Amino acid sequence: MSAGDVRLEARDITATPHGAVTPVLTGASLSVRSGELHALVGPNGAGKSTMFAVLAGDLTPERGDVTLDGEPLRDIHPRQLARRRSVLLQQNAVSFPFTVEQVVRMGRAPWARTPAEDEDDEVVARALELTDMTALAQRGITSLSGGERARAALARVLAQACDVILLDEPTAALDLKHQEDVLRIARDRAREGAAVAVVLHDLNAALAVADRVTLLSRGRVVATGAPADVLTAERIEEVYGQPVDVFPHAVTGIPVVFPRR
Amino acid sequence: MTSEVVTAVPLTFRAPRFAVVIVGMSVALVAVALISLGLGQYALSPAGVAGVLLQAIGIENPWAPAASTASGVILDIRLPRIVLGLLVGAALAVSGVLMQAIFGNPLADAAVVGVSSGAALGAAASLTFGLTALGLWTTPAFAFLGGLAAVFAVYMISRSGGRTEVVTLLLTGIAINAIAGAGLAFFTFLGTSATREQIVFWQLGSLNGALWQNIAVVAPVVAVGIVAAVFVARGLDLFALGERTARHLGVRVELLRVTVILMVALLVCAAVAFAGIIGFVGLVVPHLMRMAIGPKHLPLMIASALGGALLLAAADLIARTAVPLADLPIGMITSLVGGPFFLWLLLKTRRRAGGWG
Repeated sequence: MSAGDVRLEARDITATPHGAVTPVLTGASLSVRSGELHALVGPNGAGKSTMFAVLAGDLTPERGDVTLDGEPLRDIHPRQLARRRSVLLQQNAVSFPFTVEQVVRMGRAPWARTPAEDEDDEVVARALELTDMTALAQRGITSLSGGERARAALARVLAQACDVILLDEPTAALDLKHQEDVLRIARDRAREGAAVAVVLHDLNAALAVADRVTLLSRGRVVATGAPADVLTAERIEEVYGQPVDVFPHAVTGIPVVFPRR
Repeated sequence: MTSEVVTAVPLTFRAPRFAVVIVGMSVALVAVALISLGLGQYALSPAGVAGVLLQAIGIENPWAPAASTASGVILDIRLPRIVLGLLVGAALAVSGVLMQAIFGNPLADAAVVGVSSGAALGAAASLTFGLTALGLWTTPAFAFLGGLAAVFAVYMISRSGGRTEVVTLLLTGIAINAIAGAGLAFFTFLGTSATREQIVFWQLGSLNGALWQNIAVVAPVVAVGIVAAVFVARGLDLFALGERTARHLGVRVELLRVTVILMVALLVCAAVAFAGIIGFVGLVVPHLMRMAIGPKHLPLMIASALGGALLLAAADLIARTAVPLADLPIGMITSLVGGPFFLWLLLKTRRRAGGWG
């Protein structure tokens, strides 16, 4: 797989999530490429979660198809799929008081009875280290704070060792440092060749770390491309209905979005 | 990933603890069984009991009492009763572990959510209408159908997103219990005085009158259920992360769900068919075992099977000997212990969840 190859692709998707009456996505397309961190942004109700569910294979679209390396997602055996792509949801409650390490080790489940199983200990230890969870490894997951649970879930996703990674608002429950940690981890994985798709609310985070941004609004893709090209002041104002200023950061030169108050 | 070298975190195996729990319970189980075999109107010392048992398997020994009454009482009356108790206890405890895993809720139990009532209703139907099409298997088969219908109904109604809120689960249980209760009342009304007595016996739960023929039916069913439980253990661990995440980790969620529902119905029908409704075993035992050895399902399943067997052996010993010349219903004993335990669990869950949601 060389950089820039399309790994996960959703073409012309129309989809209705469970409980909705009318389609939330209407003819939206998205390609996640290897070596790229692809941010999915848009206002509440734009269809980000629905697109995420479609990409993860949780929701079958009425129209359009989803492929992983050109293969229809639904044709791939669940176990095989779990060795190729990992998914982090926003909802990460665990029903029973497993320890953090046990939860992270569950990320290794798809590799049971394969040669890769030998690396379990090492991979789990590294995932705990990267997410700053080593000190909490033996704690019961149900006794942790929301942010700690979210980091444990990310560690589990990293332990799964897939090179297609889907993250649904991975920074939502986190403090400033751990938000940056997570974004850095996601970008590092992309630098190493993984195809990473991230749903983000924070437009500044998207501008700072993403290689490509797709802006959704009312179930359609408004724009997709380089972050600075997609997230212009006019477009943000039009889509979000909130006037903003976009200006280069004084030190880094990366565009910054600031709402007009 | 990054190339930096990270040393592996030391693994905490709870294996020694697991071994201690298993050995401890096994010893207790043998002791309770020997005492229970010896106690009763015809009393024997544990040595005498051991003598009879050894003699029965062809080992001549000096401890066996000379009177043939001894071996008759032990081998034909008390032993089948104790063995049935062990099987029923193991089946109920494992069914509790399975239900809690697929409901994602530690309060799920066969009696609480109405699966036992459903099975009892099926069994009562076969009795009231005098059905014998499948011989000794008729009652268990009807119990299976009733239990299956109940667990399926509860599952479909009370779950959302792979989890079940405490209130929804309990309210669904009340409804299912009410429906099954109405059916049982109807069969009580329809039946003859003999079948009425049988139905009342079911609702109380008792191991009295257990026969080796019953065990020949129950033992294979329980064995199949428990062996199957061992195979789904790993999938159930992943289920604790929620259904979507379990699927993302390669679990075939729908298949696992249906398999586990069938297993629950199988285990509960085996327990209910000849012993009636014995409540709270599936609630108390898995919870205590989880506290002792952690929530991983494979060790939990094994420890719970043993713990359930031990609990019923002890409860039956009390049922037989607490009041002289009386045989208390064992379902009453387990509910006496399990009811307050259930309340405590409920309060604990409410505190943690910050409300009844």
